[in-house]
Amino acid sequence: MTFNAKLIFVTVALVITTFSGVVGHAAGDNNTGDYEMEHKHWHFNGAFGTYDKASAQRGYQVYREVCSSCHQLKHLSFRHLGDQGAPFYDERYPNPNDNPLVKNFAADWSIESIDGETGDIFERPGVPADKFPAIYPNDAAARASNGGGLPPDLSVIVSARNGGADYIYNLLLAYDAEIPKDIVMGPGLSYNPVMDGGAIAMVAPLSDDIVEYADGTPATVEQMAADVTEFLAWSSDPKMEQRKSAGLMTMLYLTILAILLWFSYKRVWKDVEH
Amino acid sequence: MSGHPSTYEPKYAATKWLDTRLPIVRMGADFMTFPSPRNLNYWYTFGGILALCLVSQIITGIILAMHYVPHVDFAFDSVQRIRRDVPFGWLLQPMHAVGASMFFLAVYVHMFRGLYYGSYKAPREVLWIIGCLIYLVMMATGFLGYTLPWGQMSFWGATVITGFFGAVPVVGESLQQWLLGGYAVDNATLNRFFALHYLLPFVIAGLVALHVWALHHVGQNNPIGITTKTKQDTLSFHPYYTIKDGFAVVVFLLIFAFFIFYQPDALGHADNYIQADALKTPPHIVPEWYFLPFYAILRAVPDKLLGIVLMLGAIIVLFVLPWLDTSKVRSMRFRPVAKWFFWIFLFFCFILGWCGAETPDNIAIPFGTDASGQVRGLNFTWLSRIATVYYFAYFVLILPILGLVETPKDRPDSITKAVLGDINHTAIVPAE
Repeated sequence: MTFNAKLIFVTVALVITTFSGVVGHAAGDNNTGDYEMEHKHWHFNGAFGTYDKASAQRGYQVYREVCSSCHQLKHLSFRHLGDQGAPFYDERYPNPNDNPLVKNFAADWSIESIDGETGDIFERPGVPADKFPAIYPNDAAARASNGGGLPPDLSVIVSARNGGADYIYNLLLAYDAEIPKDIVMGPGLSYNPVMDGGAIAMVAPLSDDIVEYADGTPATVEQMAADVTEFLAWSSDPKMEQRKSAGLMTMLYLTILAILLWFSYKRVWKDVEH
Repeated sequence: MSGHPSTYEPKYAATKWLDTRLPIVRMGADFMTFPSPRNLNYWYTFGGILALCLVSQIITGIILAMHYVPHVDFAFDSVQRIRRDVPFGWLLQPMHAVGASMFFLAVYVHMFRGLYYGSYKAPREVLWIIGCLIYLVMMATGFLGYTLPWGQMSFWGATVITGFFGAVPVVGESLQQWLLGGYAVDNATLNRFFALHYLLPFVIAGLVALHVWALHHVGQNNPIGITTKTKQDTLSFHPYYTIKDGFAVVVFLLIFAFFIFYQPDALGHADNYIQADALKTPPHIVPEWYFLPFYAILRAVPDKLLGIVLMLGAIIVLFVLPWLDTSKVRSMRFRPVAKWFFWIFLFFCFILGWCGAETPDNIAIPFGTDASGQVRGLNFTWLSRIATVYYFAYFVLILPILGLVETPKDRPDSITKAVLGDINHTAIVPAE
């Protein structure tokens, strides 16, 4: 019986891994030519991985000072920055709306609002409850400002790309790659082997020391790329830390329950030939 | 409901009163004491696992529906809102999405178990057909549900699948427009898909009730496929199978939980995190893994209509299987030749799944390189053709012919004999 049980569960596991392997393989087909993507060891990898808060905080600075000139964080509110598991979480402020850092970040943005008395549209400083505002009034305006390219929303970008964080990180670094002779770049396009097709409408966004980190970390392109990727990874999956810790307790509970049920099963069936 | 004599005795005045008016407690009690073959193995626990999957999907689904907005402008954002702001939305949304995959995984195990042990043969034809109907409605529900997050794969998957109806001769185009509520997948489509996605699980629940009724009328099949004859062949459902099913359910939940908590996106596509865009086709439109074998059958033939006919045929053939398999022997354990054809069938189902995930022109099995250095070999189109031919041949040629020519092994007279050998029956501990 034990053998049978093992056989079944190994088979089930095999079926799952086979299928996820098949799907993963299909999804991993990136058409990046010969470019070797660097597989970085991220702090959030693995069953116990968490976000590197210092890195994600620097990443927010890179987003604010560099990326946010074109890219929105549509699905984020400022208050999310101070949630549990978020880069600026502070246990003194369980309600992120009270977090002074979050308040400052919000106030740094100007939010379009409607005057309740007159109906006039006016600009006011943001508050933690506001969503990150749109960068352009509409898609057409965004395209017009970017040579026809539409800067994608960044709040779920890490989940939305095959390769996830590695893809974003490598994309930001791959601008140095040499253009193959047979590829002719259209006007306003840059060569980037990580991008599908090799042509990207975004010019290289990062250069050394384009931001100045408050914590004294040297702002190299690699460092900034890693930091902003850490931040965007959190933005794509902000509940990852809660999920993993709940997962650990769930798996432990189920394992203990499975053991108890196994012995109960053995006992109930003790005198039964089958 | 069940075919065994009821042993329920109402103890209290209230239960006696109720029992003469609506014997619902009796029904539950009879369910728990239902005589089940004593030799059921772990492959028989998947019925219980599937019941749990259905309940889990309905509960998580109803809560998600309270927060989801079925509108093309808000659907994608509302799913993000569920994951970010709704209390426990970060848990419910992956539970539902991963739950769909686990549901299909369990249903495939359940179906292959039925195929191996001949659970579709007399007197279980109706039981089997209801099961096939459940699977069909499950496929529809899964497809409709996948459209709702309104990502790129949702939108383009819906466009491809509804496009099949356009291939129907004469009325195809009108039929497609009627289904979509317009000329293309749009808000009207999303709204009706949401309505139907909410409806169909309850249709499944109704069919499951019929499935269980039919099961209790004819009794469970078992790994040796010998009909239960005496009381000694059986055990009471409770506690023997409640505890065995319970253990299997928890092990299944461990796998389920692993995906929810650690790999919530492993069974999905990155493209579905991009909001649907009618002007931008993703480079590879691939269905969810549980539809891949059928997708491969569809693409195995160059003609669209023929592809659709084959794909539907691959499911319809299951409905008539009880009359295609001519062998009177249920379990493959006693069918030395058919057994091997079964394993090859399972192998080709996996091959079809692989073909469905890959680009048809890519090389599946390389043989070497040609003069210009290009890799030569069997491409996925041809591999899926071979697998498709086997898939259909298994049902319409192999099983019908084998039943007539194969010599089955000697079968034991009864489950009791199979379990204990030829000893005196009275020596067995009676199962109460």
